[in-house]
Amino acid sequence: MSGTADPYGAQAHARAMAGTKVEAMPTLPAAADDASGPVVWEETVAAGGYASRRLARGARLRLIDLSGDSCVSMLVFNVENPLERLNVADTVKVQWNGYLGQGRLLLSDMGRVMMTILTDTAGTHDAFCGASNEASNARKYGDGKNYGAHPNARDRFMLGAAKHGLGRKDVHPCINWFKGVRVEEDGATTPDIGPFDEGREIVLRAEMDVIVVLANCPHVLDPRDDYSVTPVRATAWRGEVTPADDDARNATPEGLRAFLNTEDYYAR
Amino acid sequence: MHADAAHSDAALAGLSGAILHDEIVPARAPWLHRVNKGQTLRIVDLEGNQAVDFLMYAAGDDAERYSAQDTITAQANIFLRTGTVLLSNEGRAMMTITGTNVDYHDTIGGACSCESNTLRYGHHTKAQHACVDNFLDANVRVGRGKRDMVSNINFFMNVPVEPDGALGIVDGISAPGLTVDLRAEMDVDVVVSNCPQINNPCNGFNPTPVRMIVAG
Repeated sequence: MSGTADPYGAQAHARAMAGTKVEAMPTLPAAADDASGPVVWEETVAAGGYASRRLARGARLRLIDLSGDSCVSMLVFNVENPLERLNVADTVKVQWNGYLGQGRLLLSDMGRVMMTILTDTAGTHDAFCGASNEASNARKYGDGKNYGAHPNARDRFMLGAAKHGLGRKDVHPCINWFKGVRVEEDGATTPDIGPFDEGREIVLRAEMDVIVVLANCPHVLDPRDDYSVTPVRATAWRGEVTPADDDARNATPEGLRAFLNTEDYYAR
Repeated sequence: MHADAAHSDAALAGLSGAILHDEIVPARAPWLHRVNKGQTLRIVDLEGNQAVDFLMYAAGDDAERYSAQDTITAQANIFLRTGTVLLSNEGRAMMTITGTNVDYHDTIGGACSCESNTLRYGHHTKAQHACVDNFLDANVRVGRGKRDMVSNINFFMNVPVEPDGALGIVDGISAPGLTVDLRAEMDVDVVVSNCPQINNPCNGFNPTPVRMIVAG
């Protein structure tokens, strides 16, 4: 008779797993010895995996490309009204630049700053090419389904968004962290997939109460035949709401007005 | 208002099949129209350099809609030209640009909104009409809403990207009478904002009418 033939045996079998450590897993209670404030989220997101998380205004979110081959696609929603969300077109147009990096803001479709890139040691990100989808992964890797070996970023987003009551229509154009795309003079998009050093990181500051949805799947322009992606570490900690004299807040007239709009939204 | 579909009309040249619809969209106005698979939509920039903000939804399932990022990625280029296949967020072909006499069209610049205008130009522009309000005006009447707003196409609009990533809406490269032809690869609901923006060169600082012709 097997050890799991009755509920007692099954229970013992299940409980014997406690304490197992794998690379991609959350740490509870959230803890990190290299955070700059009280830690509220610590999780290593699997290669091909996803995560979604609610972050309070002022919180910092650090993403570390542990092994140098992460590609973290991200959606952002306003917690209390998820109809308001990251607008990639406005983000590049309002800031007069298509390349993301330290000091740049992530703007909503309501003219507000949702997040600020406080620090960036990677320098290769992408606001143009978006998420892989089932069809593109099926073409490249033979399948792209959530239950298979080659999940696509768009369907990862769908799951992450669904856990906050959101649906297919809420999966909006995204940003890709850690993999770069350059635009040539003739409009051509040139991907920069690496290889990159281990440990590159970005730190974002939430300027609103937000839901972030992360999908860690190969970049849609990744030229490699294999489904190549490595885990990403996400750490969030509490932080102060941006003060009036903050450098990023005051760096440009457009950005300052985005902060004024966010501050106006929270004047209640 | 419907244009006269006279046989001598140069704007109809090269269209095959019957003229199914022919309409002048006034300056600043929204427009919503079904284009069925195999039909061609021709957009005529009547007076030149008039941005035509453009979204579309799969007729049978409007959670499937135009995706700027999928379209850029599939052709590895940000500019929309003759031959560009306009893809959905599911990676399926929605329309193909079968011809245009403008060098390229934009799909990274997005749509102007009352809210983003406050960032770009100042809060004095909040009350001005904007493309997002046109898209919403058209969509809300058919059961869609703000969740259906995604990055759009801007026909006849010029957004170059410099080597350092600098980008912006600059003087247009269209001219009076230039056109773009779009062949539907599936049944689509097209929603257009004939851009009312007056604070940048996307409409030559002067919004003007455009003409929509459906043939097939």
